[in-house]
Amino acid sequence: MSMLTLHSSIETYLVMAAFLFGVGVYGMVQRRTLIGMLISAELILCAASVNFMAFNRFLAKDPTVGQIFTLFIMGIAAAEAAIALSIIIAVYRNYRSIDTEEVVDLKG
Amino acid sequence: MNPPLMTAEGLYGLVFLATLALVVSGALIATNAGRMIHAVSGLAVCMTGVAGLYYFLQSPFVAVMQMLIYVGAVCVVIVFAIMMADPRPELKPTGGSLVGGFLAILLGGLVTWGLAHLGATTGWTGAETVLNNGSMDAIGVSLLTTYSFVFELISVVLLVAIIGALVLARDGRTSIRKNP
Repeated sequence: MSMLTLHSSIETYLVMAAFLFGVGVYGMVQRRTLIGMLISAELILCAASVNFMAFNRFLAKDPTVGQIFTLFIMGIAAAEAAIALSIIIAVYRNYRSIDTEEVVDLKG
Repeated sequence: MNPPLMTAEGLYGLVFLATLALVVSGALIATNAGRMIHAVSGLAVCMTGVAGLYYFLQSPFVAVMQMLIYVGAVCVVIVFAIMMADPRPELKPTGGSLVGGFLAILLGGLVTWGLAHLGATTGWTGAETVLNNGSMDAIGVSLLTTYSFVFELISVVLLVAIIGALVLARDGRTSIRKNP
């Protein structure tokens, strides 16, 4: 297999999705602001979508199922972003900061 | 087989490599940039690359939806939140947080390696028969027959999310707590 025929093998897409998931987990652990963690969560959701689309294209009996599931993931991700951002705005109004090291009132 | 570079197949493969580069660079910018506005730009680049991946997976409809929803809506909403919340740029890590950063890289690398190894070494076997061609027509028929209940349910979920976001963001507008 050469570099130029990578697009026709399922492994390329699976490795790409694994990379997106790993980068998302890394960002989730390492970020200190709530918005940065939200961006990492979007990356993780996107990795799941890429996996569904790859299996849908190469392995599935009904090639609409994965596409529809990906559309539903996008809808859930949009709802999640709206809710998370309104929570971030509410936290900012109360604490004047969205740094996770300053929002520690509930810390035991 | 190895197609020569200056043919349609060769250029197709070259565009695919460029798409992969977009995804990788966008994801790295999104998680490593110091300023949040740079991170959101990285996220937009990454999502554009993923839309390209969907196009190469023969789903132009999902690719267009990815551009519209992620790049056009989610990234713009996050930019609005950055405008309102004004996050401080993250400082360069020192001392203890350097160890934490190393552990984060280790964790992300292990997760990536494990999943990629699993995906690349499993012998995948496809279905013998394929029911339809996965075109936009087939998606529409499936959405309105087999998946009609889920289709309705997700619109209710979106409605509840919008109302919940309005209620949450409205609260606290009058009382600003003094930060001790």
